[in-house]
Amino acid sequence: MSELEEKKIQAQQSAPAATPAATCPAAAAVPAAPAENEIHPRMVTIDEFHTEMERLKNEEKMDMLELITGEDWQEEGLGCIYNLWSTDTGKREYIKLVTTDRENPFLPTVSDLWEIANIYEREVFDFYGIKFLGHPDMRRVFLREDWEGYPMRKDDETEQNNPLRMTNEVLADTTTQYDRMPDGSIKETTNVVFTPEDYMVNIGPQHPSTHGVLHFRVALEGERIKKIDPKLGYIHRGIEKLNEAYTYPQTLALTDRMDYLGATQSRHALCMTIEKAARIEVSDRVQVIRTIMDELQRIDSHILFFSCLCQDMGATSAFLYGFRDREMILDIFEETCGGRLIINYNMIGGVSHDLHPNFQKRVKEFIPKMRQGIKEYYDIFINNVIARNRLIGVGVLTNEQVRNMGVTGPSGRASGWHNDIRKRQSYAAYDKVEFNEVVRTEGDSYARLLNRIDEMEESLHIIEQLIDNIPEGTFQTKTKPIIKVPTGTYYSCVEGSRGEFGVFLESKGDKSPYRLHYRSTGLPLVNAMDVACRNELIADMMAINGTLDYVVPDIDR
Amino acid sequence: MNSNIFDLTTWTTAIHDWLTEFIPEWSAILLESIVVALIIITLYAVFAIALIYMERKVCAFFQCRIGPNRVGKWGLLQVFGDVFKMLTKEIIRMRKSDRFLHDLAPYLVVTASMLTFACLPWNKGGQVLDFNVGVFFFIAVSGIGVVGILMAGLGSNSKYPMIGSMRAGAQLISYEISIGITMLTMVTLCGTMQISEIVQQQADQGWNIVRGHIPALIAFLIFLIAGNAECNRGPFDLPEGESELTAGYHTEYSGMHFGYYYLAEYLNLFICAAMASTIFLGGWAPLHIAGLDGFNEVMNYIPGVVWFVGKTFFILVLLLWERWTFPRLRIDHILSLEWKYLMPISLLNLLLMALVVTLGLGINV
Repeated sequence: MSELEEKKIQAQQSAPAATPAATCPAAAAVPAAPAENEIHPRMVTIDEFHTEMERLKNEEKMDMLELITGEDWQEEGLGCIYNLWSTDTGKREYIKLVTTDRENPFLPTVSDLWEIANIYEREVFDFYGIKFLGHPDMRRVFLREDWEGYPMRKDDETEQNNPLRMTNEVLADTTTQYDRMPDGSIKETTNVVFTPEDYMVNIGPQHPSTHGVLHFRVALEGERIKKIDPKLGYIHRGIEKLNEAYTYPQTLALTDRMDYLGATQSRHALCMTIEKAARIEVSDRVQVIRTIMDELQRIDSHILFFSCLCQDMGATSAFLYGFRDREMILDIFEETCGGRLIINYNMIGGVSHDLHPNFQKRVKEFIPKMRQGIKEYYDIFINNVIARNRLIGVGVLTNEQVRNMGVTGPSGRASGWHNDIRKRQSYAAYDKVEFNEVVRTEGDSYARLLNRIDEMEESLHIIEQLIDNIPEGTFQTKTKPIIKVPTGTYYSCVEGSRGEFGVFLESKGDKSPYRLHYRSTGLPLVNAMDVACRNELIADMMAINGTLDYVVPDIDR
Repeated sequence: MNSNIFDLTTWTTAIHDWLTEFIPEWSAILLESIVVALIIITLYAVFAIALIYMERKVCAFFQCRIGPNRVGKWGLLQVFGDVFKMLTKEIIRMRKSDRFLHDLAPYLVVTASMLTFACLPWNKGGQVLDFNVGVFFFIAVSGIGVVGILMAGLGSNSKYPMIGSMRAGAQLISYEISIGITMLTMVTLCGTMQISEIVQQQADQGWNIVRGHIPALIAFLIFLIAGNAECNRGPFDLPEGESELTAGYHTEYSGMHFGYYYLAEYLNLFICAAMASTIFLGGWAPLHIAGLDGFNEVMNYIPGVVWFVGKTFFILVLLLWERWTFPRLRIDHILSLEWKYLMPISLLNLLLMALVVTLGLGINV
């Protein structure tokens, strides 16, 4: 490299640093219009909380508890924000619940109303130490059972309290339930998870079918499953805690490492949240590019879903057919973004690079090949009599169950639940294209498989409509060197490969978020495993977790 | 029928006569037995290596891949490398396992497989174990393998092997019935249980699959399905059921103990294919077409062992095709396939064959 070039690069590198950050305080110029995605949670007192939630569920038809975000507001207290969504009317409601007791915080449970609250409340308990009254199973879900303290609290001394442990983690077979007695005292009841008579098999943490380090404790009766107890957190990296110390551009890097098969989608969601909150305009070109990338990613994910399902069911050849086709998508990604799995493409205000000159050509070549590939999938696996016998009628989830457990995405739509975010509340360029929401009503594993195959066709159709109509414009809106989001609470969501991926952001006007919480697409799916697998054979468990299609790093975060 | 030039009997008798000139007959027989045993074990190992290589290449072909291609020309040395690795690996013993059962099990499995291997008629006069109830003997010794698998499951004191071996027990015992009945169907056609006699008859009168036409064809298909199940091969590989039970009954084995299971699995596949070629496709009998005397004469100049191995590999490809195409069945589907379909069909087929034989409906070439 010549000296001149070197100097040039140095100059480029030092350029952002040279811009005096102090001269442009981002929060100084707050526009008058409210951010599109800002939410105003309604405060509810602890006493009237449960009746209010019951009313919302039954009268306002809030069938989906989207998210429970635990928060530590320091002097204001600990608490939760509940995101409710009526998928029928499209109405959303945000409820805020606060307790000032930091020593022994108790809040009423809603796990009797929405089953999904079961795992969400355990997550809040794990990280904030809020105990939910009436919740039947107050155990930690991500951290070790002998963990000291609650790491997401702002004053927790995590590292001092928790030196590296050299002992095995013993999992308890019992759990605690807290109830408030009429006289105001707290009663502790011990509930049994597994009795000593249960024939228990560990599926995971190292197991070929859990698609990652996930641990199911399974009680068997012969080969029939009596109960499944998921133990999560084997690859928990504390992404949400890390985010609180990172600047906004830095937080982006971690999203690709959660759901690695929905990397662009989750990053899209985070970028969108920050852009809307900080009122950064995004060009039409970027919107279209993001839409195409999201759909490519969705096809990529669904191919891998198909492949892994085949592998789980012992159809090894079909497994590699999927990988053959996926390679084409990865090559397209690689050419434009440089990455294949961890793509790092979306940035706040746009995307990192403009599309590669070959991009359109490659994508156009890919579409017919993929259609041919889907035909082959039908021939080798989907229409195979053994596969049909193993999938039809296995692991049935009813419409009511999927709503209750927040099973979104193709899995939920297999049970007749219309929940496609792309249709319900359009974002990016989805309002410009025509596509169908794929819904089936059987609710079994086969419907979940077919749903994803049909979604691949729909995605191809979306890409076809956009690929020749990418508008001209900038691929990257200029943003301030230090991005600050105005004080407020924001929520945005996208349709990820396996369901709704939401980003909950609370900002105090700083350059890093006060709380950044993700609605994981996989966590509700894991929660649904117990219900879906009950009384099925152990071989069916592989079919069920294959078709529910969760990705473990996304569950653990 | 003139294939005497390849008749091994002349050779073996000559060697025996030559030996008895120098040493007493009992020691000559002892010496011969040892030599034959060594040959069998060597062949066993050689075929295992050939099969592993073949399986990897065939499976790669089905999966749009290349397969091993780095170690040696076309990856030929890959399997030797794998075997060497296996030999150098430590045999890990679990603290709470039943040491006796756990260590004995792989030897039982491999012994059963070697005994059945010894039944194969390689050539005219080229069979080792050959007596008047050869087919019975074959079925009986192949059953020992199940004991080994059950012992592995019990002795490992672990849950995956336990479930795997119970599945194996249920599956192997069920499918042995179909195998037995289909073999008896062919015995009905031949009227003898001596394996060398069965092949000789086919060399003289035409292959069984032609001679027995419809019932033989049905029996052949059932044998292929049940044979794959007997070998624990996909789509019937659920005793191993990799995605469910990690490795099934041999989860807790390592080193050469695991290697024995691996070896036995491949050789059982070979034996299954070889048995199918023996009783259906005429073993070492060359291909003869009635009326084409010149063609038949040329066929006679191909040695019997080439015919036998060639037919066996043809069936092997069929079995591998089956293995690499279908998804795995579920245990209840496997058992209902056997007890509700295969076994009744093979019983009826046996009856049909008996009718064909008594009414003289068979085709005589």
